[in-house]
Amino acid sequence: MVKAVKPKKAAKSGAISGATRKRIAEEMQKFPQKRGALLEALHLVQEELGCIAPETARELAEIFEMRAVEVMEVVSFYNMFHAAPQGRHHVHVCTNLPCSLRGGRSLLRRLEEHLGIRAGETTPDGRITLGREECLGACAYAPMLRIGDTYHENLGVELAKKLLDSLE
Amino acid sequence: MGLKVPHTTNYLTEHFGDDGFVSLKGYEAQGGYEAARKALTRMQPEKLIELVKDSGLQGRGGAGFPTGLKWSFMPKDEDRPRFLVCNADESEPGSFKDRILLERGPHQLIEGILIAAWAVGAEKTFLYIRGEYSEPARVMQQAIAEAGESGYLGQGAMGTNFSHEVVLVRGGGAYICGEETGLLESLEGKKGQPRKKPPYPAEFGAFGMPTTVNNVETFCHVPHIVRRGAEWFRGIGTEKSPGTTIFGVSGHVVRPGLYELPLGTSLEQIVFGHAGGVPGGREIKGVIPGGMSMPILPAAELDVPMANESLRERQTMLGTGGIMVMDDTTCMVRVGCVIAHFFRDESCGQCTQCREGTGWMEKILNRIERGAGEEGDLEILLDVSAKMEGATICAFADAAAWPIQGLLRHFRDDFEMHLRHHRCPFHEGFRL
Repeated sequence: MVKAVKPKKAAKSGAISGATRKRIAEEMQKFPQKRGALLEALHLVQEELGCIAPETARELAEIFEMRAVEVMEVVSFYNMFHAAPQGRHHVHVCTNLPCSLRGGRSLLRRLEEHLGIRAGETTPDGRITLGREECLGACAYAPMLRIGDTYHENLGVELAKKLLDSLE
Repeated sequence: MGLKVPHTTNYLTEHFGDDGFVSLKGYEAQGGYEAARKALTRMQPEKLIELVKDSGLQGRGGAGFPTGLKWSFMPKDEDRPRFLVCNADESEPGSFKDRILLERGPHQLIEGILIAAWAVGAEKTFLYIRGEYSEPARVMQQAIAEAGESGYLGQGAMGTNFSHEVVLVRGGGAYICGEETGLLESLEGKKGQPRKKPPYPAEFGAFGMPTTVNNVETFCHVPHIVRRGAEWFRGIGTEKSPGTTIFGVSGHVVRPGLYELPLGTSLEQIVFGHAGGVPGGREIKGVIPGGMSMPILPAAELDVPMANESLRERQTMLGTGGIMVMDDTTCMVRVGCVIAHFFRDESCGQCTQCREGTGWMEKILNRIERGAGEEGDLEILLDVSAKMEGATICAFADAAAWPIQGLLRHFRDDFEMHLRHHRCPFHEGFRL
């Protein structure tokens, strides 16, 4: 059992809201060990704050009675968690083999040109982070992209550009 | 945009065209939960395990392990809590069948889980869904709530003294968590790095407790077996691989999609008869038969029945039934680059052979594609892949090595042309 290290300054006015803390506490009840709820907690906190910054990881470490470095280790292992702020909209284009065979890569290139950024970057106005993603389980409906939680499938380039333009 | 309804239906997907089937009422109207009632009220767990053994059901998550046998590994006469895990971390490139099973038949899955839970004596199921599957997770969460309110889940399921709870867990986006012990680590809030085996999950699983892990589709077959019997199930498919599976067809075909068909259906029948063959009057060059980690087959071998016993003879496997079709414009070196990139990116980094080997393979393939390949590169590729095989904690390294070996086995000419001409000779097809 790893002992929790107490942060030097008690993070009383943390960034994680009371409502989210309550939901995390509820999630913990579902597992034999509270750490089981960590991934869900990371999702919840990221939905609230946009990313898991190091100071947020310290807060979570306190909640879970683990070390901040262990939280960061988990954050960095999984593709969906980010330690730094992202654009307001996350656009992920699948470029795995089934999508590549049906135009996924050329779609990504056209969107890079359209936004003037490369995959992995964020538009200067902070509107869109463009990413390439591995298989999203939409192989028959390629090319496709994911905006936040929503899949957009069987996409043509023009339709995809319109979709991006419609994002606030 | 929702999922398309499969073009052919069978027992798993028969009602997937009906929106009402997603609700508890709609599912009950089709005889839903009758199998669970039969199992929980009239069948002893041992009997149930025997039935599933007799049916010959094999796991549908990729490895094809006999399901009844897996269930029988759970320790007897122990009072530790025991768990069931439903592996819905579908992320094998080319595979998208679990998504439709979650979205269109959530109660079929819950019923399968409930029956399996009774068989292995599990008090709780962790339904681990890949984090990107938001819509399937939403549908499942609602179905779990409905099943709880109606007394199928929770205290005293269906009026018996058996209680069962299903907990939905969202993953964080990591291919390796589809490996069952990687999943267990992830479930415990850790990095999804696979565990050394033994001990196997039946002895030391989720949170150290006896655990059985099955794939989504595997659970979905169970209510049908309970309802209609082992003999009925064995009447479908081949002698060694009974039942149907949901093949996902993608790539260069006229009608990509999901097709539920008996195991043993020929690859040719699926690609041409169901998916409409290759568009634009092109020829097929190669087909990956079972998700990206399974070795490719050349066009001349499409007569193969899609069942493990026959695919093994062709040095490949059924995997997850994800069929990727490639026409004659496709550069197999580029295909290798895409595959190698994926595995290099997703290697958990735990074992040297895999961490280093996947990087070497990607580097060499990329330089061959660029026209900067060197003499002996193909030998190095084969050597590296051979050293990765069977040398690591989990099967990921095999899954990374096999497809590259398959490409070299059947399409060595493509690679040698790159080396000879110091450039990629293919002008069409996708660019990297």
